[in-house]
Amino acid sequence: MALTPLESESIEVIREVASQCDNPVMLYSVGKDSAVMLHLAMKAFYPAKPPFPLLHVDTTWKFRDMIDLRDRKVASLGLQLLTYTHEEGLAQNITPFTHGSAVYTDVMKTAALKAALDKYGFDAALGGARRDEEKSRAKERIFSFRDAHHRWDPKNQRPELWNLYNTRKNKGESIRAFPLSNWTELDIWQYIYKENIEIVPLYFAKERPVVERSGTLIMVDDERLPLHRGEKPQLRKVRFRTLGCYPLTGAVESDADTLPKIIQEMLLTTTSERQGRLIDHDGAASMEKKKQEGYF
Amino acid sequence: MAHQSALIAEDIESYLQSHAAKGLLRFITCGSVDDGKSTLIGRLLYDSKMIFDDQLSALAGDSKKFGTTGGELDLALLVDGLAAEREQGITIDVAYRFFSTDRRKFIVADTPGHEQYTRNMATGASMADLAIVIVDARKGILTQTRRHSMIVSMLGVKRVVLAVNKMDMVIYDEKVFRRIEKDYAEIAAAFGLKDVLAIPVSALRGDNVTALSENTPWYEGPSLLEHLETVEIHGQDSSLPFRMPVQWVNRPNADFRGFAGRIASGAVAPGTRVKILPSGKLSSVARIVTYDGDLEESTAGQSVTLTLADEVDVSRGDVIAAADAPCEIADQFETRIIWMSEKPMVASRQYLLQSGTARSICTPAKPKYRIDMQTLEHEVCKTLAMNEIGVCDIALDRKIAFEPYALNRTLGAFILIDRLTHETVAAGMITHALRRSQNVHLQDLSVDQAARAAIKGQKPCTIWMTGLSGAGKSTIANVVEKKLNAMAKHTVLLDGDNLRHGLNKDLGFTEQDRAENIRRVAEVAKLMMEAGLIALVSFISPFRAEREMARELIGEGRFIEVFVDTPLQEAEARDVKGLYKKARAGEIPNFTGISSPYEAPENPELRLETVGQSPEELAEEILEFLMNRDFLSR
Repeated sequence: MALTPLESESIEVIREVASQCDNPVMLYSVGKDSAVMLHLAMKAFYPAKPPFPLLHVDTTWKFRDMIDLRDRKVASLGLQLLTYTHEEGLAQNITPFTHGSAVYTDVMKTAALKAALDKYGFDAALGGARRDEEKSRAKERIFSFRDAHHRWDPKNQRPELWNLYNTRKNKGESIRAFPLSNWTELDIWQYIYKENIEIVPLYFAKERPVVERSGTLIMVDDERLPLHRGEKPQLRKVRFRTLGCYPLTGAVESDADTLPKIIQEMLLTTTSERQGRLIDHDGAASMEKKKQEGYF
Repeated sequence: MAHQSALIAEDIESYLQSHAAKGLLRFITCGSVDDGKSTLIGRLLYDSKMIFDDQLSALAGDSKKFGTTGGELDLALLVDGLAAEREQGITIDVAYRFFSTDRRKFIVADTPGHEQYTRNMATGASMADLAIVIVDARKGILTQTRRHSMIVSMLGVKRVVLAVNKMDMVIYDEKVFRRIEKDYAEIAAAFGLKDVLAIPVSALRGDNVTALSENTPWYEGPSLLEHLETVEIHGQDSSLPFRMPVQWVNRPNADFRGFAGRIASGAVAPGTRVKILPSGKLSSVARIVTYDGDLEESTAGQSVTLTLADEVDVSRGDVIAAADAPCEIADQFETRIIWMSEKPMVASRQYLLQSGTARSICTPAKPKYRIDMQTLEHEVCKTLAMNEIGVCDIALDRKIAFEPYALNRTLGAFILIDRLTHETVAAGMITHALRRSQNVHLQDLSVDQAARAAIKGQKPCTIWMTGLSGAGKSTIANVVEKKLNAMAKHTVLLDGDNLRHGLNKDLGFTEQDRAENIRRVAEVAKLMMEAGLIALVSFISPFRAEREMARELIGEGRFIEVFVDTPLQEAEARDVKGLYKKARAGEIPNFTGISSPYEAPENPELRLETVGQSPEELAEEILEFLMNRDFLSR
């Protein structure tokens, strides 16, 4: 079957990263966007394997189903997976409960990612972010520069014309490349459906144990979730529109247990995707701030 | 997102099929500050039901906080993403927006009207099929409107919608609309924009945006959205000849050698005869390999991997083209350049050029002219500053496969990159190749440099001495030359002052002239080395970029950069020629160290600290270095 324009554009971007950068890596979060990006990377270099490893920043609070799919996927494709956990944060016992979502995300995700990139000396990291996700993403380049401290300067972005990507950088600087920049959430789902890409089962509705906290349904994925007094997990038919650390990811009640039903639900719904992610609500323009500080 | 909601609710599978078949239109919006671009896009998103409930409630909050609509929903805030601009109330960068209707998917590049950000508009236009040029009905055509239309035309955007906005502010007066429509027709004609449709709208009130408005009964055309949904997408013409720049050579094992790339034009099938450019080697396509199986045919826009029937040498940067209609190759071009850096262009300085997947080193000549955006007249100029557009010849260090931009965006577009800061400094479009580049061939010389050097019993090199005026460059160079002469070595000394009396007497001290000064002396040094000589160059050569250019030209390994390091106070105290005194008095403009910078070498082959050492001792250091590097025997 012929490739679609979005698919071809993404493959072109992934190949440019491999061709022009010395030591690239693909960030693999195991979410649906990552699944699509990985699939495209397999296409880009076929019959060879992608010439870069995958990197998963493991906060230790990911859903168990995510880790399971990650390990199976990597083994079946025969790819190299690097996992990184911020040991210092772990030693200090920084969890979403003890330190709040802002500090936790800063240490276990943002700082961890920076440390991982520094540890391996990666000069380019492919990420699955899309421009339609959030307002400040809409202005980011496909090839986005980070200074030696991994900071993004929105006022100092290089012009990006045609499909000519300037990957030259100074020592210590690095690149984040976003091959899915021009995909929408609908495009992603449609592609997963068309290409039959395996995704984490949590996207499909099923009875799961949840607790309700300030209007958000949190899944009790393991015994580490501290229950408030009188709080009792209830079985409800829920699914996740977006996946991250389970204590910070809200579930939605749903009957959508097939891909067409998920897409149907998404199209008929009136709440945008990131609402399930608690970190976006930490303050006005918070995603932009996080990105300037090095969050992916 | 209520569009097609019936179909979505009842038959999701058919909906998915219809969505998959939808075309994609990429367009840009451009206009001046406050013309209402962001509001217009916000209106398209809002009216096509692309706004979610949570976004709407956030918007209501933002409108109270930052809005300019007195508490009503400020749709511009949906689009203005960055915190800084939310506060300033202007869009400062390109933002991409996505929406779809029953008929089409759209990607919108919201591009800024603020004068200093013209480069972002060019960025948005480079990928667009259509441009919406927004004009404030109260203000009519402005300088920015002309500038934007010019860029739209230059970047090959064929279709334009002239959105005459804020019609509500002129009480939907047809005369106002018609006058602007007529004024714009002149601009469109001047820029060769043939496909223009003018629509009277009010982004704020929604008139004629997604549906025709009762306020403009005199307007008989389509609404903006209807036009966007139905305008013909200027697809890739499949009758164009096949071209594919090679991105990546795929060699998983000894048995497979594929060439991965995205097809720039035309179509390809197994058996297609192809020519590899610039080498000119011929072969034919064996297979079109993809993850989903081999293809029978593939067309423009697709990312594929080709294998060839013969073992020919192909690497990244080459272009695989139809053998019966290959593209041209050349190394000198007439181009149009949009300068995008705060540092102006320096003619004769070398920049990296990226076109297709090829990289080369590019030397722009002095611009032929720049275009005055007010009058559209051609103006003589020496350089291009930020946001200026000019016509300029360029020369590359190698031949590349290309096509004129008007024929092929992929093979006619390029960017220029500063070699030191790595910044993208310009976008360019090839108009055509220069004849001289196709006809002048290098003479094959039978007595070569090695032969000339051999009878002199020496190894040619260039000793490039850089430093402040009065640092002691010429004094040391003289001593070195005397010593070499005594060792029966053949030398030549090129001195800044002396060359400026002859070869370079037409040059002044501006940044451009200094760059040309250095280019010439580097070329002369290279000729002297060809003659088998050891060249001593004593030049202030204050800019790193030019010294790098000289290094490139002369060749790493034979270029010995000597930094004659004398602190400014010391050089000024010596002031052998009395120049510092004059410079301090303001009598000499652009004097290095005083009113023009000196960029010290970062990694010179040799650094001489002159304070406390005699010229004799310093000259010995240079000779020692030459011996250590085997340019001289002990």
